[in-house]
Amino acid sequence: MSFKGIAASDGIAIAKVFRLEEPNLTVDPHEITDVDAEIVRFEEAIKKTVVDLEAIKIKAAANLGEEEAMVFDAHINMVNDPEIREQTLAKVKEGLVNVAWAFDSVANGFVAMFEAMDDEYFRERAADIKDIKKRMLSHLLGVPLNDPSTINEEVVVVAYDLTPSDTAQLNRNFVKGFATNIGGRTSHSAIMARSLEIPAIVGMGTILEDTTDGQLIILDGLDGVIIPDPTDAQIAEYEAKIADFKAMKEELKKLKDEPTITKDGHRVELAANIGTPEDAKGATANGAEGVGLYRTEFLYMDRNELPTEEEQFVAYKEVLEEMKDKPVIVRTLDIGGDKELPYLQLPHEMNPFLGYRALRICLDRKDLFRTQLRALLRASVYGKLYVMFPMVAVLNEFRDAKQALLEAKAELIAEGIEVSEDIQIGMMVEIPSAAVLADQFAKEVDFFSIGTNDLIQYSMAADRMSEKVAYLYQPYNPSILRLIKMVIDASHKEGKWTGMCGEMGGDTMAIPLLLGMGLDEFSMSASSILAARKQIGNLSKKEMEEMAEKALNMSTVEEVMALVEASAK
Amino acid sequence: MEKKFTIIDPMGLHARPATVLVNTAGKFASEITLDYNGKTVNLKSIMGVMSLGVPTNGEIVIKAEGEDAAEAIDALVQTLAEQKLAKV
Repeated sequence: MSFKGIAASDGIAIAKVFRLEEPNLTVDPHEITDVDAEIVRFEEAIKKTVVDLEAIKIKAAANLGEEEAMVFDAHINMVNDPEIREQTLAKVKEGLVNVAWAFDSVANGFVAMFEAMDDEYFRERAADIKDIKKRMLSHLLGVPLNDPSTINEEVVVVAYDLTPSDTAQLNRNFVKGFATNIGGRTSHSAIMARSLEIPAIVGMGTILEDTTDGQLIILDGLDGVIIPDPTDAQIAEYEAKIADFKAMKEELKKLKDEPTITKDGHRVELAANIGTPEDAKGATANGAEGVGLYRTEFLYMDRNELPTEEEQFVAYKEVLEEMKDKPVIVRTLDIGGDKELPYLQLPHEMNPFLGYRALRICLDRKDLFRTQLRALLRASVYGKLYVMFPMVAVLNEFRDAKQALLEAKAELIAEGIEVSEDIQIGMMVEIPSAAVLADQFAKEVDFFSIGTNDLIQYSMAADRMSEKVAYLYQPYNPSILRLIKMVIDASHKEGKWTGMCGEMGGDTMAIPLLLGMGLDEFSMSASSILAARKQIGNLSKKEMEEMAEKALNMSTVEEVMALVEASAK
Repeated sequence: MEKKFTIIDPMGLHARPATVLVNTAGKFASEITLDYNGKTVNLKSIMGVMSLGVPTNGEIVIKAEGEDAAEAIDALVQTLAEQKLAKV
């Protein structure tokens, strides 16, 4: 038997369960006679809560760092807040009700108000109020909270969810991992687990109900699986897995700040594909030498209106600041195809992948494009910004897009806003027409980035989602390899460079071939970078060139696959 | 006494600068309030201030009444500038 959830943080733990159960803090209103006594209880609860929070703040500073600890200053302020105090005491005095109930309802009012706000930042503050509410009520009701800081043996913490103050108190020496009923990969608890580097699984449904205190479990954060009451054989199997995982991680960690160099001294760049500012942290943590593709679509999705220039500026600035002097290639809005924005009311088309999408929309809807370009240019002074346009089919599209960027820049400078003078402007090569004419494009762009997913489907006229034609959707087909080679050669001839941000760029099978064809930058998911760096370090550029030469002259995908597989051995 | 400001912080009046502002207000005996969009809150209350959800370019009015009202306004003007939070 096993339980499955969302793997939120890598690693494996074998330990006893510590259930962090939610205490019962429900309050009923009842009539009181001694108002002063209620006020005294309230003041005492505030004092005790502040003492708690001061202690948690110190632990948080030690466990997580000063920056993370600052949130507890805000918590202390909230506990001492005159607005909450006045509203609570007014309820007690006017309604002659118990202070615990009065406080609970006032705090719930604030939670509801924050949760209803448009701005995501303010919505998240609701979690802070819930956290202090829990602590205050435990003192008001005399119900002790389960305190994760009392843990003094190796355990896996199992909870419904973990609050910021819970995670701040987890002692890394004893807490070997955690599992929660709710949450996703981007929830607070998942992010904390990754920064603490302990394995975690979230969104497990009923794991709190499915386990008992002291029960031995295996928590596999790699596959998102929990095995309760493991057999000796299972324990032995996982202990071996832990040893392998640790050895591999140690080995790869050494490469984090190293450049990516083949054994014959040729250097390439390994960059990360990201979708949100949060992902940029994962990129630096995994030794990325830049961001090869920042998909800006996420700023536009799951909402009812276009993001403002300010909102975009904040996101771009955050990524640029995180990456410091490393290049960040931002792809302008790539919507349409399979990614819809209902609020834009795009026309329904028979063939959305061949229709009104990406740059085609941006060049038509200049207002929307201008907002994004302005936000990007304003952010450019905070790091090393490169801009790339998706879905360029003809040279005039690139020229028009570049013109729009230069106009936005002139506009900002006229407004007295500073813009970086050092922005490379490039394009995605994902439409075969652009690959075929790459020699002409190369004269005008600063760089190319090959988007293999679309390049393959447009070259083969094969939908990558259609299983029936999967045999056509083959990155190793010599025709695809030749297109890639044409693009790389064309860029080098003009002194420019070529990267790759499709799935092929991070594929361990494809890396030797791409290296041999002269690719300059490989962009992939952050978690693949260190392994790719190790792989490239063991390859010889010269040998790979010879292999690529052979592959380019083969006639079928099967022949290429056989060649690549043979060389991998 | 009162003074009008426009929020310039790209995140709006968010928790961290709001905390600094509330702490500054807390040092004075005067009653200090913040008006935004027809609502008035106690500027010594972090919950009150944050509950307004003031966005970038939001126009706020700070009022102070009491013995040290002038000093309070001066200190708040300085805090708003230091935190790059708002302009007059």
